[in-house]
Amino acid sequence: MSAANRKPKAMDRRRFLQDSARGIAGCAVAGMGLAYLARDARALPAQAIRPPGALAENDFLASCIRCGLCVRDCPYDTLKLAELGVDGPATGTPFFTARDIPCEMCDDIPCVAACPTGALDKGLDNIDDAKMGVAVLIDQENCLNALGLRCDVCYRVCPVIDEAITLELSHNDRSGHHAIFMPTVHADKCTGCGKCEKSCVLPGEAAIKVLPMRIARTEAADHYKLGWEDRNPLVDELIDLPDRLPGPGTDNLVAPGGYTPDALPDPSMEGGFSPSFQLPGTGGTGQ
Amino acid sequence: MNDKAKIPVGQEAIEKFGWLRAHRFLLLRRASQIFFLFLFLMGPWLGIWWVKGNLSGSLTLGVLPLTDPFIALQSMLAGHWPELTALIGALIVGVAYALIGGRVYCSWVCPINPVTDGAHWLHEKLGLQKGWQPKSGTRYWVLAMVFVVSTLTGTIAWELVNPISMLNRGLIFGMGFAWAWVLAVFLFDLFVSRRGWCGHLCPVGTFYGLLGTKSLLRISAARRADCDDCMDCFAVCPEMQVITPALRGTSEDTPLILAPDCTNCGRCIDVCAMDVFEFTHRFDDTPAPGREGRTRSQPASRASRAA
Repeated sequence: MSAANRKPKAMDRRRFLQDSARGIAGCAVAGMGLAYLARDARALPAQAIRPPGALAENDFLASCIRCGLCVRDCPYDTLKLAELGVDGPATGTPFFTARDIPCEMCDDIPCVAACPTGALDKGLDNIDDAKMGVAVLIDQENCLNALGLRCDVCYRVCPVIDEAITLELSHNDRSGHHAIFMPTVHADKCTGCGKCEKSCVLPGEAAIKVLPMRIARTEAADHYKLGWEDRNPLVDELIDLPDRLPGPGTDNLVAPGGYTPDALPDPSMEGGFSPSFQLPGTGGTGQ
Repeated sequence: MNDKAKIPVGQEAIEKFGWLRAHRFLLLRRASQIFFLFLFLMGPWLGIWWVKGNLSGSLTLGVLPLTDPFIALQSMLAGHWPELTALIGALIVGVAYALIGGRVYCSWVCPINPVTDGAHWLHEKLGLQKGWQPKSGTRYWVLAMVFVVSTLTGTIAWELVNPISMLNRGLIFGMGFAWAWVLAVFLFDLFVSRRGWCGHLCPVGTFYGLLGTKSLLRISAARRADCDDCMDCFAVCPEMQVITPALRGTSEDTPLILAPDCTNCGRCIDVCAMDVFEFTHRFDDTPAPGREGRTRSQPASRASRAA
């Protein structure tokens, strides 16, 4: 203590630096652990579906305060808050499992109205515009319709019937004289409500499942031009490509294998046909 | 310290005022903690939806939105500007605690408080060592760490581990394995660090403490001249460092406990047989003379003991 009294400044500085280093080091370690958890929390399981209007997962974890008001205002008990170590999503955040209870797509979207923070985007005013995910006929080998039967349940229960799911007719090659009505999802109309997944008659898992957009969809190939949709030529003026005239080249049908100017074949074949190549083992020239 | 320090904490007050009065603020606090939990449980248990949500955010009677300002702040740091409803809610809660004392949240509302109080009770029963005692600045480092991680990861970082919302939300919406987190805090306070979680680490308490730095509601050692050094208030106070400046101050020093760490729990009022402490407001300038001619070595009491 007396030493400290004699040289208070030096001791204070040293202590301050030591305490600061300890504090910073301790918090850096704890902070790294926390940051790891924060990263880990983004790994939303494929079958956990966020409520309608939910921001993208990264933004959702910045905005959802986990108050559960959306859960309380859901009239069908669809939503629940993720429980630690039981459910996959970040602890306390709302989600639903379509196979258990799907979203009934209320017209007034009470869950979005209840959200105090905007984690569920208030800009969603028409539930048909919701994009909770997109249904995918994921097991075509067990889907009854794909086998040629007329189950049609996913198609019938779809709230956007004939738009989000259509039945596409094709020939049943197995029987040879029946049809297959293939349930086909149109992602731009599908809201991801999960009623098809809930209703799939197969025991256990459903053949059609709602998957998050990030898994179910890719980006369109913008570097390809779909000529049947866009009939405008790529360039305004016609490009004069070289014509394929008889002559040297692989597509020269008149003289396969090419020709030399002094042995121009007779197009009328008057001299008889003489192949320009020989099959092995037939010996000599052609007869 | 004198001989009275060896008597069990609060014993004198119990003998003098009766058990009930010597525990009134403890009982009121427990009632308050149960009340605020029950408000949220009325819906799921009884179907009375006066209050929906949990401590992170709620809606009362369909009109009053409340939001935890600490969570709202983390959300903003993470890059999300909350909707007006959440901002109004955070403002209401923030102003309320800024007036009544930020850490009133800790002692009167927080569901972890009974857990750590229980750990401390058992700690005393078992006569354990106080263990690791982090420096007084540690909690501010932890708070800064939470803000930094929220900013860098773009998430409401503390909600990933916050035992308060784990317990509160768990009781209201479903627990999962959140009880393990609560148990961890209990064991930490019991074996690793006496009063460690609430008193030294929890960033929620630190945030609310800062929020209530200038709060109106304060405890005052108004009759500090009567103090007989039984040390019961120090023994019962979860943040005992806040008492000294007020209680041991001279007549010129304010008797108000102005440290932001004070949780306004009122236990010092309960256990004081000399009725030194009282609730008052921060502008209370009633003269409160310090103890004259007495130093910490207590020559007067030593003389009385010798007699």
